[in-house]
Amino acid sequence: MSDLLRLATAGSVDDGKSTLVGRLLYDTKSVLADTLDAVHRASADRGLTTPDLSLLVDGLRSEREQGITIDVAYRYFATPRRSFVLADTPGHVQYTRNTVTGASTAQLGVLLVDARKGVVEQTRRHAAVLALLGVPRLVLAVNKIDLVDYDPVVFSRIAKEFTAHALALGFTEDAVVEIPVSALAGDNVVERSARTPWYTGPTLLEHLETVPVEPDPHDAPFRFPVQYVIRPRTAQFPDYRGYAGQVAAGTVRVGDEIVVLPSGLRSRVEGIDTADGPLEEAFAGQSVTLLLADDVDISRGDLIAPADSRPAVVDEFDATVCWLSDKALTPGARVLVKHGTRTVQAIVTELRTRFDEQRLASTAGPDSLNLNEIGQVALRTAEPVPVDDYARSRRTGAFLVIDAADGSTLAAGLVGAPLPELDGVAGDARADNHALVSPGP
Amino acid sequence: MHREAVAGSRPAQRSVGRPGQDGMRVARMSGTATTGTSSTLDTLGRLESEAIHIFREVAGEFDRPVILFSGGKDSTLLLHLAVKAFWPAPVPFPLLHVDTGHNFDEVIEFRDRVVAEHGLRLEVAKVQDYIDDGRLSERPDGTRNPLQTVPLLDAITSHKFDAVFGGGRRDEERARAKERIFSLRNAFGQWEPRRQRPELWNLYNGRHRPGEHVRVFPLSNWTELDVWHYIAREGIELPSIYYAHTRDVYLRDGMWLAEGPWGGPRDGEELITKTIRYRTVGDGSCTGAVESDATDIEAVIAEVAASRLTERGATRADDRLSEAAMEDRKREGYF
Repeated sequence: MSDLLRLATAGSVDDGKSTLVGRLLYDTKSVLADTLDAVHRASADRGLTTPDLSLLVDGLRSEREQGITIDVAYRYFATPRRSFVLADTPGHVQYTRNTVTGASTAQLGVLLVDARKGVVEQTRRHAAVLALLGVPRLVLAVNKIDLVDYDPVVFSRIAKEFTAHALALGFTEDAVVEIPVSALAGDNVVERSARTPWYTGPTLLEHLETVPVEPDPHDAPFRFPVQYVIRPRTAQFPDYRGYAGQVAAGTVRVGDEIVVLPSGLRSRVEGIDTADGPLEEAFAGQSVTLLLADDVDISRGDLIAPADSRPAVVDEFDATVCWLSDKALTPGARVLVKHGTRTVQAIVTELRTRFDEQRLASTAGPDSLNLNEIGQVALRTAEPVPVDDYARSRRTGAFLVIDAADGSTLAAGLVGAPLPELDGVAGDARADNHALVSPGP
Repeated sequence: MHREAVAGSRPAQRSVGRPGQDGMRVARMSGTATTGTSSTLDTLGRLESEAIHIFREVAGEFDRPVILFSGGKDSTLLLHLAVKAFWPAPVPFPLLHVDTGHNFDEVIEFRDRVVAEHGLRLEVAKVQDYIDDGRLSERPDGTRNPLQTVPLLDAITSHKFDAVFGGGRRDEERARAKERIFSLRNAFGQWEPRRQRPELWNLYNGRHRPGEHVRVFPLSNWTELDVWHYIAREGIELPSIYYAHTRDVYLRDGMWLAEGPWGGPRDGEELITKTIRYRTVGDGSCTGAVESDATDIEAVIAEVAASRLTERGATRADDRLSEAAMEDRKREGYF
């Protein structure tokens, strides 16, 4: 069982997400005395009689003044069973970009709804973004269950509606769990509630501690973006030449036949080096240095792959982009694409569709993509790039779209990545793909 | 840092609870857990691999990176990971210490020894120089941590550093929980939360305009306990003041402070000999010690794990200045 789970939270600002996260930290004793004192003091200053747990997580003064959360915050908590990295993403509609950010490395998404409101547009949007980004599992926390008198009928109606939506997005039945909670009162977050006897499932924390974490698939084809060439040129290592990087997917063993892309040069793995000694094999997530049998010309930006299982090397491909900038995207835009360790010039030749997360349907031929919009585009790159489908490999199917002028990140890009559609065929295909998605180290 | 670390030699290590003891081992650089047929990195292994990836990414994309190095535990860990990232080549960056002048002798001696062992270049920017020529003035409370901002920014400008590695962790303080691994700073060194770039997957965007630079935090995802566990596993040497020793201290604002160049007990403050250790090492005028008998790393870990006070709150007066102190200082260009 993996000892680390990366999760992302999403939900509307008024659904009590900060309180839920605060409750997780508070009830797992991850909040230490001085932090707690500060929260008690600040709560008292505001005239509150019980500590406002949202103050544990709303860190910036501008947020506290406005009572909102801006930007992704990362929280750390641990129980004897597992460590957790929680990407806490704001729920405002204008902050979808943060959900994309948090979801990009998450193995599980926690969505929050207000039991009085049920599944709203925001919930559907967030679930669609999590599906698109390849997050393998979802939890729906039905919060403020105390405000609907712990009514099982209300809960089960919301749970049914959400499950149907998640299945339409391609999640499998066993990857989606709904839990009735009250973050404010503490019901079913860490402590099991006596007020929901009709609920027999796990508390939120129990679920987080026991949910299977799909390890990086070791049987996926090996992918190694070269980050840096190590050449000491010292008396002790006059001819050492190692290719440093982090295994993005699969496994590599000494003796493997490899190909260097995009050049197509072939060689054999002579050694796998680390500062702690040589390895016989290395797998996804490990930072290592590869030594090759031949003196081939390799530099940062190249990708090393198995000779018999190489990615497509293309200079035109389709992708889904989540647009993160307030500068709109229009056809013909010149941008930079950062894929793995390679940054190339590119042109967005065509906007094919714009996705409506609410209707789970796409509109063809939009004239632009704006902030927080998701759509499919066609790209042409100045140099060939070795890409995998995002649905098969989160690490080598992902890229950034960057503004060449000011360096800002314009979009998250996913190679291929068909958008979820409400027809069964696409849904079934995505469900299969989920098993192959690597959550990344 | 290591007991025998010379550029080119493998960092010396103690094996602490790692599988297999001889010859070639699968995944020796990190603790691995084998489940069924596939092995996965454990938490420390993942954190180590991530930090090494970040160091190499910066080396590949920036012209003039520098590592902030004070000799404290987080910067010592940072240097240890940098050595691993580029082994067997030497670390391709210089080091920079923004020196408040309020130091513990043990830490400065350790700093200089480690730099010499690795054959690295250390730049020192001194707050004292700025006070001597009037560019900065001493604060009424005597603390100098907030005065580090100007010498830091001047050093970045004069050396044209474009990437600055710091040991900041997101678990340290609420404003830091929002920090990116690659944190863009404008020409004034300022951090604007709304200008930070979304950071996706493990693709870091380090592009910046001339005059701007990027602060890089390879330890972002580590907790204080992760740091100590890793230090134990790797057998990393630290300045002696992190372990229990006797020292003359006086009580101020609920903290045990030591005598030093920053002055000593005021009227009504009494000097007492106590067995203490330091959890963080900063400006001696505002870095408090904790009462402790932890003389080795295992005892320190047990103490940290049981502690009910976060690292900074317990021992750093400067973070208590205001509820949003860290946010304000980041805006000014401090870390």
